[in-house]
Amino acid sequence: MVNFRVLLGVVVMILMTFGLIARAFHLQVVRHDELATQSEENRIYLRTIPPVRGLIYDANGRLLAENRPSYNLTITRERIKQLDATLAELSTLVDIDEEDIAGFKERAYQTRPFNSVPLKYRLSEEEIARLAVNHHRFPGVNVEAQLVRFYEDKEMVAHAIGYVGRINDREQKKNDPKLYEGTNVIGKTGVEKFYESILLGEPGHQEVESSASGRILRVLKQVDPITGGDLHLYLDLDLQKTAMEALAGKRGAVVALDPKTGGILALVSSPSYDTNAFVTGIGFKDYSDLREDINRPLYNRATLGEYPPASTIKPFISLAALDSNTIKSNYKIFDEGYYQLPGEERRYRNWKRKGDGWTDLKRAISRSNDTYFYDIAVKMGIDTIHQYMSLFGLGKKTGLDIASERPGLMPSPEWKRRARGAPWYPGETVISGIGQGYMLATPLQLAAATAIIANRGTMVQPRMAKPGEGVAPVLPQAQVEKSKEDWEIVIQGMIDVVAHPRGTAHWRMGRGLQYTVAGKTGTAQVVGIPQDIKEEEDRVLEEFQKDHGLFIAFAPVENPQIALAVIVENDSKMAVPVARKVMDAWLLPRLNSVDMFLDSLSSKNVSPKAPADVR
Amino acid sequence: MSQDFIRQMDSDHNFGSTPSWSRRLHIDPVLMLMLIAFCSAGLFVLYSASGQNLDMVVRQAVYMLAGFVTMFVVAQIPPRFLRRLSPVVYIGGVMLLIAVLVMGYDAKGAQRWISLPGFRFQPSEFVKLAVPLTVAAWLCRKPLPPSFQDVALSLILIGIPVALIAKQPDLGTSVLIAASGIFVLLLAGLKWRFIIGATVLALPSVWVMWSFVMREYQKQRVLTFLNPESDPWGAGWNIIQSKIAIGSGGLYGKGWLLGTQSRLDFLPESHTDFIIAVLAEEFGLAGVLVLIAAYGLIIGRGIFITMHAQNMFAKLISGSVTLTFFVYIFVNIGMVSGLLPVVGVPLPLVSRGGTSIVTLMAGFGLLMSAHTHRNFLGR
Repeated sequence: MVNFRVLLGVVVMILMTFGLIARAFHLQVVRHDELATQSEENRIYLRTIPPVRGLIYDANGRLLAENRPSYNLTITRERIKQLDATLAELSTLVDIDEEDIAGFKERAYQTRPFNSVPLKYRLSEEEIARLAVNHHRFPGVNVEAQLVRFYEDKEMVAHAIGYVGRINDREQKKNDPKLYEGTNVIGKTGVEKFYESILLGEPGHQEVESSASGRILRVLKQVDPITGGDLHLYLDLDLQKTAMEALAGKRGAVVALDPKTGGILALVSSPSYDTNAFVTGIGFKDYSDLREDINRPLYNRATLGEYPPASTIKPFISLAALDSNTIKSNYKIFDEGYYQLPGEERRYRNWKRKGDGWTDLKRAISRSNDTYFYDIAVKMGIDTIHQYMSLFGLGKKTGLDIASERPGLMPSPEWKRRARGAPWYPGETVISGIGQGYMLATPLQLAAATAIIANRGTMVQPRMAKPGEGVAPVLPQAQVEKSKEDWEIVIQGMIDVVAHPRGTAHWRMGRGLQYTVAGKTGTAQVVGIPQDIKEEEDRVLEEFQKDHGLFIAFAPVENPQIALAVIVENDSKMAVPVARKVMDAWLLPRLNSVDMFLDSLSSKNVSPKAPADVR
Repeated sequence: MSQDFIRQMDSDHNFGSTPSWSRRLHIDPVLMLMLIAFCSAGLFVLYSASGQNLDMVVRQAVYMLAGFVTMFVVAQIPPRFLRRLSPVVYIGGVMLLIAVLVMGYDAKGAQRWISLPGFRFQPSEFVKLAVPLTVAAWLCRKPLPPSFQDVALSLILIGIPVALIAKQPDLGTSVLIAASGIFVLLLAGLKWRFIIGATVLALPSVWVMWSFVMREYQKQRVLTFLNPESDPWGAGWNIIQSKIAIGSGGLYGKGWLLGTQSRLDFLPESHTDFIIAVLAEEFGLAGVLVLIAAYGLIIGRGIFITMHAQNMFAKLISGSVTLTFFVYIFVNIGMVSGLLPVVGVPLPLVSRGGTSIVTLMAGFGLLMSAHTHRNFLGR
């Protein structure tokens, strides 16, 4: 009886055993290929190696943007049991604030599981040492080296170079995700943004064998990343610093370019800021401090600041009047101190109340006589003004290879109807002659237009980067057609601005000028005051209501090597001295060089400098 | 475990002769050799599954040694003495189970352990042997097949510890203990009408279990078993990864120490419940077949001993131990290969774990006791 039951059990066991064997056969033979593939997929993990971002050099090969190793505190979420407790303990070793934690949580959200997420960037040596000692207490917490963008001269080049920062959702969607695998930064502004595709490079890949917890055991295959291309700029770091220091404590901008090449020698907006803070993600507090600073350090006045060009427009108006045959080069007016439209009572005043008396074109420029320009503006009409000013590139973007630029505004009746829904009034033509009214231009536009005068009509495309790998050479330059005499009359007027004792820049330019300068001053009335400033105390309000000072210039007149535009907000006296400092810094070493010496020999207008000065 | 095998074993023994050294030591040399060989081979699998942790292997070897000592000790106890001892063992076991529920050590959300200074054990393991012993002792008081009252009382004897263990909760062990008790009943000649009746009654009780007895995590295991892909990163992970491990092994496997699923930690619990997946990955179908054949030899020897046991008590005990051993294997391989829900049953003699090995070896001690004390028990 019992033995029968036992044998019955044996039969049942044999049947069940066959079930197990059938199952093993099913998995190991029938489904082997499929499951073996899954096992390989488990084992092998394709890891991206981020490319090294290209470097940015100035004209003399000095590094403006480089990559430096930064030691970051990272956390692998999946290897930590209690995140909050770990963070609390870590904060006893390393200074971790709320913002670090908030940033970490955001980054962790964007990172795939089992990958380390940075908690704090740029640990100090001391912090690294403290973490090393306590490393065993924190599994899943590591100190990792990473190449991080670094701007040695930070605020000196901030507005020109721009910066890189963490990729946001919008950028993530716009760009090819393949290129940005493993990279978490992207050019946000300036050259860094414009040349993103060159600087970025291409990520490489590593086939690694990794454990379920993401630990990498060995590398099976590797495709190296392609380092991003380097950029060589026309920018001169010394000149940039000179311009920045000249503007110290002021709100303003300087744009200087080489009229021959269009290369931007200096592009400065003051005040500036430390771009390095943005690379790894700026803290909320620091960012709002920068944003709410009434001096607006984040605002790139050089390319985004739209100012009334004021009297700096006068040389261009003069050329327009001559070329359109509105006036002859000997056209004179008698200035009583004001201008009246025929049949109107309103007086448009000269800046000098009592007038300049008999005034011809040259004198009108050097004295910055408003009455003369009211007169020729009305004679030309707004359509002619608009047409010629557009030829000088005003009212449209220059196309500088920098990410953000404003077009300014060159008004026309057609524009006013469209934008304001109002007709053009003759009085608006009058003030257009002195660069007021709706007219707006950026310092960059003014500098580029000044370069056209310096070149006697040859237009150059302003460029940050020298042609090179991935950077196309500048397009053939267009010619702004004017007769040779027209250029020389206007330039003579501009020389007088500085050289003539009654020229508007004569005294401010100072003594001992070793080269000839053609320039034009401007004083722009402040139209509106930023909303947030209104609540400040009266003294500040008063400060922000003062006129802006402008100055455009090129030098040396005979062989222009620099053309520039300077604006100093709420200070009409500073623009000329700033321009002097910049021009001196650029020209004095060159004036004394052999090249310059030979150049000046070939030019008849100027007596050669003493060879003894050759350095 | 085929009939041929049993006959062959039969012819090896010469029962009329004077007691051999093995008989005097109450050791069955055939079973002994099989177990030694099997345990040694198991250590190699464990070495790989543990990530080449020699410490763990040495500890396991020590447990095995302890197991063999336990086996030897148990084998010295004559069956009739075991029969008398069983009520005490049973009551002690149940009291320990109650103690566990009251002051148990919390391990992975389940209270299974009793901690004494420097020593920790699971009373449920102890009860694994106490239940078949007690039921067998109870049934052997009267002629077989058992009456309805005896069956009912046996079911109560089985039910009390099973319920206590299920409450810990440890579904795997309670199923094994229920099986070991029921095997005694079945072997004792439980009438077919009881068997069929119980099967019919079992169906609604499944519903009762599901609705009232089973814990959430146990239900989750069953649901995951039915559809592991529903939760690939959570509860389904274990079974998906173990299937990948087994399947990727193919016919001959990836080679010893070369199983990527376990070495790279994709396979969870690789040195405990899921160790068969490591073996299947590294040695392939061939390895699985060898393992099953080896188990077959041990079970075959168990069946042989059962068939030749001289008294009813020894027979019932031997049969129950052998069949339960098979259930162990079946449930473990079934759950790891995705045939059964994951209930937490280790692979006997291979999975890491001291208590499990000691209990199993004690069970084999019972087999040896039944086999070697025959001469002293006249009929």
